[in-house]
Amino acid sequence: MRHRNLSWYIGNLAIYAFLFMVFITTFLPFWNIAVLSFNEASDTRLGGFILWPRAFTTSSYSAVLSDPEIFNAAGVTILRTLIGVPLTVIVTTMMAYALSKRTLPGRRIISLFFVFSMYFSGGLIPSYMVIRSLGLIDRFWVFIFPGMANVFWMILVRTYMEGIPAEMEESAKIDGANDFIILIRITIPLCIPVLATITLFAAINHWNAWYDSYIYTYKASLKTLQAVLVKILNQYQTGDMLSAAQQMANEAKKLPVSSETIRMTVTMVATIPIILVYPFLQKYFIKGVMIGAVKS
Amino acid sequence: MQKNLLKRINEHKLLYLMLLPGFICVLLFSYLPLAGLYMAFVNFTPRLGQFWSALFESEYVGFQWFKYFFSGNDFYIVMRNTLVTSVLTLALGFVMPILLAICLNECGNRVVKRIVQTTSYLPYFVSWVIASNIIVTLLSGSGLINQMLLRLGLTQKSIPFLQEGKYFWWIISLSNTWKDSGYNSIMYIAAIAAIDTEIFEAAQVDGAGRLRQIWNILLPSIKPTVVVLFILSIGRLLSTGFDQFFLLGNAMNRSYSDVIDTYSFRYGIQNAMYSYATAVGLFKSVVAFLLVLTSNTMAKKAGSSHLF
Repeated sequence: MRHRNLSWYIGNLAIYAFLFMVFITTFLPFWNIAVLSFNEASDTRLGGFILWPRAFTTSSYSAVLSDPEIFNAAGVTILRTLIGVPLTVIVTTMMAYALSKRTLPGRRIISLFFVFSMYFSGGLIPSYMVIRSLGLIDRFWVFIFPGMANVFWMILVRTYMEGIPAEMEESAKIDGANDFIILIRITIPLCIPVLATITLFAAINHWNAWYDSYIYTYKASLKTLQAVLVKILNQYQTGDMLSAAQQMANEAKKLPVSSETIRMTVTMVATIPIILVYPFLQKYFIKGVMIGAVKS
Repeated sequence: MQKNLLKRINEHKLLYLMLLPGFICVLLFSYLPLAGLYMAFVNFTPRLGQFWSALFESEYVGFQWFKYFFSGNDFYIVMRNTLVTSVLTLALGFVMPILLAICLNECGNRVVKRIVQTTSYLPYFVSWVIASNIIVTLLSGSGLINQMLLRLGLTQKSIPFLQEGKYFWWIISLSNTWKDSGYNSIMYIAAIAAIDTEIFEAAQVDGAGRLRQIWNILLPSIKPTVVVLFILSIGRLLSTGFDQFFLLGNAMNRSYSDVIDTYSFRYGIQNAMYSYATAVGLFKSVVAFLLVLTSNTMAKKAGSSHLF
């Protein structure tokens, strides 16, 4: 037991004050957005501290969910996540498996080939030109192919695979199993924790990606939720979301929905899946950080 | 010998097949752009759909674009913004995770610990698009922060945080810290968890108070982790990120929010000065690569010398 004297209590006070501050700064901003998305626009304009919806309404949500542009964008985001995540995990796992085999001729040079690409990139403009020359502009696959081989995750998985006792695979090899069968039957079941980790990261990356949709697609039908949110943010930043006259008219009509509440609501719609998913996968990403740390 | 190698390659053909999709992806999306860097040394004018032939037929101009960049005033501004925000982020963002890990470790209440830890990760997992929407809302004239300052009487009228450049560096550094501290604390929490609890118990028997234990046992024990992570973050000084500057920057705060990446993006994608933008990007890539390489080597050295 620790000594519970005065300085212990003062220390505890400081620790809990700090943790409370961390909690407030990370939680309150999200809470604020949620509250504003459920509050009537005309009430929000009155100003003041709003920590609870003063005039509760779900009209912003019905407006957002019935908006064809946002509905389509959510569909594109879900589709790219559903297609992109398994492909990324498969390609990355296969690379990791092959490079975990010490007997592979050329293993070092191939590893170097992959690792170098992690540290030196061509940059924004050459990448854009290459994507364009490959005819991927305005194609759905521009969301999938460029990120399909993730070298950092490959290293995570490879490190994990190298920790598997070799005897397990060797006995299968004697029984005549080839590498594909060994990978699927023996190695993958043993790698579930690390594969869960990279699946989580791949899913979050796909859900959060905005740059590819913003830059490489022009068609409205290929805009992801995050790209639409960038557009909304830009409109807000340049202040041309609603003309002043329109705003006055809306205010006079006391509409419950405004461009601001829409912005809050779309932000919420894009955030909620993340909030729902990540707390349950905590132990996996913590594990991922640890494996990564051992390696680097 | 030759035959032996061929035989070995043949034995591993399935493994090469497994590498193939990843190899093609990296070749196309990482190495082809490296070839595209040649744009920085020519006067590139695009022709529709024929990037490579247009590139190699363009007039060679040597280091002209680099000279143009270094001699202009823009170079000073973007380098200043890049370096100031990364140093500020390093100063704020490096200490916070350590402090958070120590406080979480000292917190006796498991429920509080769990809740704070979980919420602290949240900003890391949302995109910068969502984070920027949140930050813009908090900092707006009627936003929570201005409301708080007004109520506390710290300001007479709301401060236009994002419309005035002088606040921008702080906004970015604090936002970076806010977003990453929870996640970055994981490493330190693990390092603290690895300390032998017997050492703490022995110190308690000897009558060492909490501060003493933190100072004399905890901090020295996690020092190797701290040193390695510090060196690694120095290596990333130029890799400040693109998203936050692009999304929070606007015409009014441009002279404070423009960093190498946003500058290159604006000239390349928006103004179609492809060669110039590529040269700017290449300059950054080279310096960043050298920095990372040096710091990784140093971190490896520091890591091994602390590991006895």
